[in-house]
Amino acid sequence: MAGGAAAPFAWHEIVVEVLKANAVRLVPYVPDNVLKPLIAAVHADPFFTAFPAAREEEAVGIVAGGCMAGTRGVVLMQTSGFATLANVLASLPCAFQIPVLLLVSERGTLGEFNIGQAMVWRTMRPVLESLGMEHHTVSRLDECEFICDRTIKQALMTQQPAALILSPLLTGGKAIAAPAKA
Amino acid sequence: MPEAANTAAAHNARRMHRTDLMRRLVSRLTRGEAVVGGIGNTNFDLWAAGHRPQNFYMLGSMGLAVPIALGVALAQPDRRVFALEGDGSLLMQLGCLSTVASLAPRNLSILVFDNGAYQITGGQPTPAAAAGTDLMAVARGCGLPGAAWAADEAEFERMLDGCLAADGPHVVGLKLDDQPPAAQTERDPAQIRDRFMRGLGAKRSALPG
Repeated sequence: MAGGAAAPFAWHEIVVEVLKANAVRLVPYVPDNVLKPLIAAVHADPFFTAFPAAREEEAVGIVAGGCMAGTRGVVLMQTSGFATLANVLASLPCAFQIPVLLLVSERGTLGEFNIGQAMVWRTMRPVLESLGMEHHTVSRLDECEFICDRTIKQALMTQQPAALILSPLLTGGKAIAAPAKA
Repeated sequence: MPEAANTAAAHNARRMHRTDLMRRLVSRLTRGEAVVGGIGNTNFDLWAAGHRPQNFYMLGSMGLAVPIALGVALAQPDRRVFALEGDGSLLMQLGCLSTVASLAPRNLSILVFDNGAYQITGGQPTPAAAAGTDLMAVARGCGLPGAAWAADEAEFERMLDGCLAADGPHVVGLKLDDQPPAAQTERDPAQIRDRFMRGLGAKRSALPG
């Protein structure tokens, strides 16, 4: 997949290939602007069962159920959505040892325009740390395949949930609104 | 989706005994049907009705019995899957009814055990009970037109026939009395998960020892 003289793959193309290589098929999501190309790609590819859920908690339950029934899955969400999850992560995938995968588009940093997003961003890594959940931030295109692939493989082999955080350094983040004129 | 026949209005439904309903359900499961019990007394009575390897007992994550069962149903479309959810639990995650309706899994049935209260925390009434919210009407409004209250035990048995034989998704409402559960589930999550995966054929390695 990597290298050659051709134009480098975009981050979302790499993520799709890594999900397919690891047989991760079930993709419930709560939409996010940055994730748009990834959401479009998993909808377009019949390999995946992709659909929106009403809440991130619900999507974690769906992936946990699918996983126990033999179909691997990943939940797509943004940072503020992750912030709704501490209870269900603790009591479902962490307690039951189910490799629920989370892919989080990181908002709230590196040029955030919404103070609510910026404040909830502060809670994400402390929650992951206090749950003892494996998590990695992808900030460089050349590391995207390795980090995503190895994090998913480790989660599956160790029967533990894991989170992949997609930094604005990788995705470009959400476009910053033009500052108001004085 | 079949339209419910002889649909009782919520206020006309007989108040039934959860332990009895659970035993009726479990006695009808002969083809490895998966059952996901929500937190608290629904899964306690599922446990009390006799453990099966295809049972999953949720411990926490209030409101996620339907989503977990939906995940199982999507992963194994040839297996019938039951979600057992309390009224307070469903109230926490009403959005899941729209998700179920949007995907329309034919093999999924949702049984709502409605005692109008948070029984396990001391019997405080739910806001839905105080407001007279009709959870089957909510489910129909979410796009699950067959959702209906069982008028009594005999109708519950007939509705189970539909859950076990006809295309779903099915939603059955059960009004309960205030009896406590018959036992408590053994709280060992890793073991519950392992047994469930083996019961669904998703894990096949031989157990050591």
